[in-house]
Amino acid sequence: MIRIEHLTKDYGSVRALNDINFEVKDGEILGFLGPNGAGKSTTLKILTTYLAPTRGNVWIDDQNVLEHGDRIREQIGYLPEMNPLYGEMIAYDYLQFVGQVRKITGNAFKARLAKVIDLCGLGGVIHKSISELSKGYRQRVGLAQAIFHDPKILILDEPSSGLDPNQIVEIRELIKSLGKKKTVIMSSHILQEIQATASRMIIINKGQIVANGTTEELMSSFRGKTVVVLELLHATEQGILEMKNIHQEIRIAKVEASPDGGFNVHVEYPNHMDLRQALFEYAIGNQWTVLEMSRHKVSLEDVFRNLTVEGEVTV
Amino acid sequence: MRNSLIICRKELAGFFNSPAAYIVLLVFALLTSWFFSNTFFLANQSDLRALFDIVPMVYLFFVPAITMSLIARENQSGTIEFITTLPISDHEIVLGKFLAGLSLIAFALSLTAVHAFTLIMVGDKVDTGALLSGYLGLMLVGAVYTAIGLFGSAVTDNQIAAFIVSIMIILTMFLLDKMLVLVPASIASVLQYLSVDYHLSNISKGVVDSRNLIYFGSVIAFFLLVSIRILEIRKWK
Repeated sequence: MIRIEHLTKDYGSVRALNDINFEVKDGEILGFLGPNGAGKSTTLKILTTYLAPTRGNVWIDDQNVLEHGDRIREQIGYLPEMNPLYGEMIAYDYLQFVGQVRKITGNAFKARLAKVIDLCGLGGVIHKSISELSKGYRQRVGLAQAIFHDPKILILDEPSSGLDPNQIVEIRELIKSLGKKKTVIMSSHILQEIQATASRMIIINKGQIVANGTTEELMSSFRGKTVVVLELLHATEQGILEMKNIHQEIRIAKVEASPDGGFNVHVEYPNHMDLRQALFEYAIGNQWTVLEMSRHKVSLEDVFRNLTVEGEVTV
Repeated sequence: MRNSLIICRKELAGFFNSPAAYIVLLVFALLTSWFFSNTFFLANQSDLRALFDIVPMVYLFFVPAITMSLIARENQSGTIEFITTLPISDHEIVLGKFLAGLSLIAFALSLTAVHAFTLIMVGDKVDTGALLSGYLGLMLVGAVYTAIGLFGSAVTDNQIAAFIVSIMIILTMFLLDKMLVLVPASIASVLQYLSVDYHLSNISKGVVDSRNLIYFGSVIAFFLLVSIRILEIRKWK
């Protein structure tokens, strides 16, 4: 169990994290989502003892990260952002170095190496110099390093950045399978990534947590809006603006001329209502022609954008 | 200590993997040999005085060249984040890298053993005690410069900057007792005590005094401790 209490971090006069609180249960895959510069990496760097918090505490199984740094680092596997590696080293030597530091040597090392090569798909490149490897393979070496000692807690900072779509799918599968036995905290600025792998997500923006829950929870708790897009012929602008009289919660979000000589109208109303019939009948009542009508539900993507771009918490 | 040895081994493997390493070692061997053999046969003395005089000068460039990458490169490539989040303490990292630098200096000095061998073959009444204490002095000065070079490497993420910072400090320590005539007598003795050459000259003469050993030990300890602090400071930036 990881417990983060009132975590605050200042870089000089810039506040990167502002009073963050959350918990991660054993065996959970937690996705840490936020735009670039939101404070994701800073949080992970504090968890891995690379940085110290300005205020607040991090407890990992009731051990404070500041006091028990060495013990905590033994339990954690960490893939830092940008995956820094020793380019001049052979992948094998690099993992051997990691093994030595993690006190895995001799036959235990051989067994574990075979396992990690298999898990991360490093078979063909283990005797190559790291600088010769492609980005995808380097990422695998970084991951191999992080899981080498079979850690209880795996912390991955942007694990799929720079990978091609196939590699992204592979790495997601790998994280999911690792997550069956471990606590995984992974960060990303890409929503689909977190949606596809994590059991729970925390959305962070400007150093503060703006949402915390499962995908479903976030979707349902977000009082989102439905947008209906109408393409109308023979309509008048005056008449379109009066559409808001159909219901008091309706909002005409956008009116623009359509290429076909009519209007494109975006009508917004809360998710719990369905006003498509009323809109249609209103148009017919005014003897307009409805060329097209489509409904758009707010997606998690919109929730994310809403939370992080506008910075308004509407959950 | 175990972790420091692992770090040391990794550094040495990395060093000998790069072609630049062999160039630096070759230049060291050539420079010292040239200056040594230039005067050796002329002076017709059966000692290595010429070698022991020139090596500290070559050190001025040689030691910063081998220490500049020790920490600065980790800072630059970001691997410092990897290595400091392994279960290794900051002091073990610094100590390991110091040991690696020291091993390289020992290796470079072992290249000059060919001159000692020549001396033993052609000279008579070779004073082996002076020979050993001479090498001890070179090792100690090398250790002091390595600690300074490590410090220079820790303060920056740029290897060239690390090189320059190290040379500046080493040169200052080296020149201190050569400027004594320029300063009042009251501080001259302090400057003299701080100078590396002053302590080295005693040991080169074959006098191994605890005062000199304490001096070398404390300068090394000082720069290693400061380097450790610099690594730790990253947490609070």
